[in-house]
Amino acid sequence: MGILEVKNVGKRFGGLQALGDVNLSIAENSVHAIIGPNGAGKSTLLNCLVGKLIPDTGSVMFDGQSVLGRKPYEINQMGISRVFQTPEIFADLSVMENMMIPCFAKRDGAFQLNAISSIPSQRDMIERAEHMLEDMNMADKREMHAGSLSRGDKRRLEIGMCLSQEPRLLLLDEPTAGMARADTNNTIDLLKQISEDRDITIAIIEHDMHVVFSLAERITVLAQGTPLVEDTPDNIKGNPKVREAYLGETQDAA
Amino acid sequence: MGLNKKDVTLLIIVAILCLFAPFILNPFPEGSAMAQFNAGYPDLMQRLVIFGIFAIGFNILFGLTGYLSFGHAAFLGVGSYAAIWMMKLLTMNVIPAIIISVLVAGLFSLLVGWISLRRSGIYFSILTLAFAQMSYSLAYSVLTPITGGETGLQPKVNDPRILDGALAAGETPRANLFGLQMNESYEMAVGGWVFTFNAGYYMAAVVMLIAFYISIRIFRSPFGMMLRAVKSNQQRLNYTGLNAKPYTLAAFVISGMYAGLAGGLLVAMDTQVGAERMFWTASGEVVLMTILGGAGTLIGPVLGAGFIKYMENIVSKINKSILEQWFAFMPDGIEDLLITLVYPFIGKGWHLTLGILFMLVVIFLPGGLVEGGQRVGRLFKRKKPADDKPDGRTTPAE
Amino acid sequence: MDAIILQILNGLDKGSAYALIALGLTLIFGTLGVVNFAHGALFMIGAFCAVTLSRILTISHTVIDETKTDFLGNPLKVDVPYLYDIFGQATGDVIIDWAVPISILFAIPVMVGIGFAMERGLIKHFYKRPHADQILVTFGLAIVLQEIIKYFYGANPIPTPAPDAFRGSFDFGAMLGFDPNTIIYPYWRLVYFAFAAVIIGAVFAFLQFTTFGMVVRAGMADRETVGLLGINIDKRFTIMFGIAAAVAGLAGVMYTPINSPNYHMGMDFLVLSFVVVVVGGMGSLSGAVLAGFLLGILESFASMAIVLETLPGINQIIIYLVAIIILLTRPRGLMGRKGVMED
Repeated sequence: MGILEVKNVGKRFGGLQALGDVNLSIAENSVHAIIGPNGAGKSTLLNCLVGKLIPDTGSVMFDGQSVLGRKPYEINQMGISRVFQTPEIFADLSVMENMMIPCFAKRDGAFQLNAISSIPSQRDMIERAEHMLEDMNMADKREMHAGSLSRGDKRRLEIGMCLSQEPRLLLLDEPTAGMARADTNNTIDLLKQISEDRDITIAIIEHDMHVVFSLAERITVLAQGTPLVEDTPDNIKGNPKVREAYLGETQDAA
Repeated sequence: MGLNKKDVTLLIIVAILCLFAPFILNPFPEGSAMAQFNAGYPDLMQRLVIFGIFAIGFNILFGLTGYLSFGHAAFLGVGSYAAIWMMKLLTMNVIPAIIISVLVAGLFSLLVGWISLRRSGIYFSILTLAFAQMSYSLAYSVLTPITGGETGLQPKVNDPRILDGALAAGETPRANLFGLQMNESYEMAVGGWVFTFNAGYYMAAVVMLIAFYISIRIFRSPFGMMLRAVKSNQQRLNYTGLNAKPYTLAAFVISGMYAGLAGGLLVAMDTQVGAERMFWTASGEVVLMTILGGAGTLIGPVLGAGFIKYMENIVSKINKSILEQWFAFMPDGIEDLLITLVYPFIGKGWHLTLGILFMLVVIFLPGGLVEGGQRVGRLFKRKKPADDKPDGRTTPAE
Repeated sequence: MDAIILQILNGLDKGSAYALIALGLTLIFGTLGVVNFAHGALFMIGAFCAVTLSRILTISHTVIDETKTDFLGNPLKVDVPYLYDIFGQATGDVIIDWAVPISILFAIPVMVGIGFAMERGLIKHFYKRPHADQILVTFGLAIVLQEIIKYFYGANPIPTPAPDAFRGSFDFGAMLGFDPNTIIYPYWRLVYFAFAAVIIGAVFAFLQFTTFGMVVRAGMADRETVGLLGINIDKRFTIMFGIAAAVAGLAGVMYTPINSPNYHMGMDFLVLSFVVVVVGGMGSLSGAVLAGFLLGILESFASMAIVLETLPGINQIIIYLVAIIILLTRPRGLMGRKGVMED
């Protein structure tokens, strides 16, 4: 029984069957990659997991509880955090504030009318945020405007924000898309370290095979809205079906 | 007080300005040609601080969350009506009137906000506008028994007023604070100057300082940070486990209560109310004040409200003969030309000046007067690092 | 039945004005992505084009008429419009009488010019800025425009009559076979409705059947892609803005005999026109027209005595009420496309 169980999930947009009949099980504390050619339904699947879309059929269970019909913030409070393809951060706020907001969300829940206490008086929250900034090697940037960070730093900040909520499942949507090689490698190292240091399950949707094979313990290949095969990276590399459907044609591009 | 040093300084400055406003606003000696530009008379000073409260509250919604309401005058109006009914039914003491105006406006804004906040962006603006116009129309027509329709409402001699004793023969009901009448003034003559110290103004100023203090606390609180997060990136907020709706609704209700407070104070000062107070141009005015001063900054709305009300007073009093005096030293041709050029912007042309000013601010100075001040300040001391903490208004990323 | 027809007719003229203003608003929103709070001011300026032209046409010089004397026995001074000198008195009178319809010709270049100036001079710089900023700057512009008009024309409404031929009313009921005097309808309102229908038809035909219109429609659907095709969308959008301004202006010109224009008429109509756009669906042209007429008619039904007896004051708020219900239940509006400004 995995921490995330996707059963018979289907989603249709008008005439387009985006997801056919997806079954997926992600084991606790593993790093699981979902790959597939463009239009395979990776993003649709991800959106079904975080509450942005509601699948037409099937069920999605997280830690024994259904996530279907819940709002994104409710699913997040259950312990699923999401990293976006282009970093979604609070660009108008300082780096420190960016980091404190998820800390408050973790402690106070979805809403708390905390209008009179001042932020400096929240010692525990500040410590937590500072600790996380150190973990992300960003302590020196704490007073910076988050919007003025470099792309790589924005990504680090976003991952740090997700981690400071201590999620049980971290979903990453092409976290290295559009990144230079050096930034990509940094991100790989960061994610590796996270998965070693913490009790956390990581599910990653990725185009870049270098990233996938450096990180993943298991890989699900999605094609035309259905899982083609699920296996270890080594077996996936050797699987002729996958080569045919996917790797052969995009290896160079990636 | 739970504020940092910078904020305490700011609060003290505002307090000092309020305290000495009767002097500051009366720079010209009585009887001099410029005396008509003095603004230190009670009615105007009261308006300065009351609209300051209105703008401070509006800023909590617009400045922090970015939700642009075009209907806040409705809450001000509702607060005014509630206050006047307190004066008619209960007592001419202003305290119950002000309390009830805040509560009623809060309830009304809860209802309007609960519905309007189902949408964001332009739709939110139009929904709030629709609610305000609806309230205005209703106040004018069907609700006449409650609102007095076109004539409005005033305390009458034969109102019940169950807490007050009977009025002496010939006495009219007057707003008071435990016996201290709001329109009571003490005049102090110093040399050629006459300074007026009005009880109502000082009460309103104290209320404004409290309101300002609360707004500072809100800005510096985790709640205030969440509101800025709403403005910055709602997507991230949702995926950080936070529900934006109650945060924005709370901000909406708080700003509605501020508007109600302003409405109640207006009644406490001049004990009358009419529906035109709720017209959408009145909602537009508070938007102007907030933007002009600097939305999202602490002091901006106060500055904006003060600036607009003060300039309105000054500019609309300038007339042609005054212009002729001012330009009299010039050669005739140039004098006439200047008068022709300036004339449309003064007197009744004040709204034209205001409109142009507002456009210039939106185009060139989105941070309002506060940003303007900062820019000027930076010109003078180049050394200062330009990375001020982003607590001010920043251009939102789209 | 006759009462129903009467209310529908009564709603038509207001509905026409709503539809024309809303059409321009939604055209601007659809093409430029800009929320234009100054659109009502364009309507108002159009109305004042009619005022201006009728004043220009009656510019006179004074002549001394030797054949008549005033009450002091002096020769009578009479003002003779220059038009009489050019066309003779009979033709001159006809031209002056028809000042409002003639103003259409005058208003088109003026409005298109103002539209171009507005787009190039101001709106262009706000494409990339948030909607709130667009609302604010156009709101400021609306104040400025109406104050300028107020400065030159004063604050009072200026009566601007329709041509003699269209003054008065006719018994529309009798024509339809109802009892006489049940449906009395002013001629000019019918003219206004027909005019609005022609303009709306022309705008739709223009967008439907010309290459220019096709590109604009494509741009409304997907601006980026059309831009990628190497078509200069910006220039076309400027022209579109000019057209939208002209439509609002013409709506204003022809509205003057129905309501004497004053400087704040634009704002009064703007608030309602926004509601119309929202009800019709932001960016939907047919939605704007449909909602304009629908709300105009609904408003006139709500003003019926029998309705007011049961729901007092409903005529004042019906439009807002409908807007609130629509926005909450169907945020994209009656005809709006899915996903366009739905939140």
